Amino acid sequence: MSNDEILTEFARLVQEITGINAAQVTADKSFTNDLDVDSLSMVEVATAAEDRFGIAIPDDALKNLKTVGDAVDFIAKAGVAA
Amino acid sequence: MTSGARIVAFGEHRPPRVVGNDDLPAALGTDDAWIQSRTGIRSRRIAGPDESVVSMSADAAGKALAGAGIDPADVDLVLLATCSMPTQVPGGAAQVASALGARSAGAFDINAACAGFCYGLSAAADAVRAGTARTVVVVGSEKLSDWMDWTDRRSAILFGDGAGAAVVQAASKPSIGPVVWGSDGTLSSLIDIPAGGKLNLDGPAVFRWATTSLGDIARRACTAAGITPADLDLVVPHQANLRIITALARSLGATNAVVADDIVDTGNTSAASIPLALARMTADGRARPGDRALLLGFGAGMTWAGLVIEVP
Repeated sequence: MSNDEILTEFARLVQEITGINAAQVTADKSFTNDLDVDSLSMVEVATAAEDRFGIAIPDDALKNLKTVGDAVDFIAKAGVAA
Repeated sequence: MTSGARIVAFGEHRPPRVVGNDDLPAALGTDDAWIQSRTGIRSRRIAGPDESVVSMSADAAGKALAGAGIDPADVDLVLLATCSMPTQVPGGAAQVASALGARSAGAFDINAACAGFCYGLSAAADAVRAGTARTVVVVGSEKLSDWMDWTDRRSAILFGDGAGAAVVQAASKPSIGPVVWGSDGTLSSLIDIPAGGKLNLDGPAVFRWATTSLGDIARRACTAAGITPADLDLVVPHQANLRIITALARSLGATNAVVADDIVDTGNTSAASIPLALARMTADGRARPGDRALLLGFGAGMTWAGLVIEVP
């Protein structure tokens, strides 16, 4: 998957879990400051992304995913490793 | 050997002081909407200086014994599930037994944190079935406000104080368990109170563990009891966070069950949360005699224990 494809799919997951319109979920957005995704919703997004992309996002890695772009990059790298 | 054990009564102690979300210290930087959206909690009870783990336990257990018409002198064993005693030693169970007037009872504490009441209930049922005891008092009691860092909003918004108790006696048919329990000490750092310190909680990590593990534990507890989740009348999980409770209810498929939501105005009272919820639901009629209730404790350790009981 290209990063654009990952972003599209990831944005869809975020919309499903948080109700935030997928169009708002762009690479430069901060989960906390721009999208108001709280820490527990981040866990729900992460576990959904693990299932969808067939990867693992450990708690320590999750804490470092500040922006949507961080998450997409992590998923892309983890997907290649998998 | 007796064929079974059952709960004959519940009792509770809720501290009179109600602390709403907007009453919490300003240093936390939180407000009512922020706390409600993350936890489902609107208010909690906080114990006063004259309310201790022991005194709250004795009040809750005394009410349970009175409700069942049992003389405290007939109690053989007092099990106190708590992780917030002010003293490392002694434990509190012996003081609870003395306060009750249970003069011939054995007594010990159980520190399995938020899973403690379910461990205690299972141990009580085993003691009755084995003939070690005829009447057992199981208490979950916490004064976690003593152990809060009131500047740490990851933990201080969540917890409350209180005590709940159950009396267990022999029965012609089994009405408690079997228990499905487990532990994972590799996760010991997720929730802890270090020596001389305050409570630390890694909320997101606990949330992830809970939302990915509890459904399976709950289903296994139902299977052990010979029923399916659809047969449950009540689901009473440890009241950790309403979002965990909601996620569990969704994944479990207990479509006919009332799900306990005592956390909303009680907060997370650790070992006390399940008996507090049961006592209230029994008193207000949501739990009726003969109802089958899944109890599911989980917390620091990590430790967990689930079992199906019949409501007295």
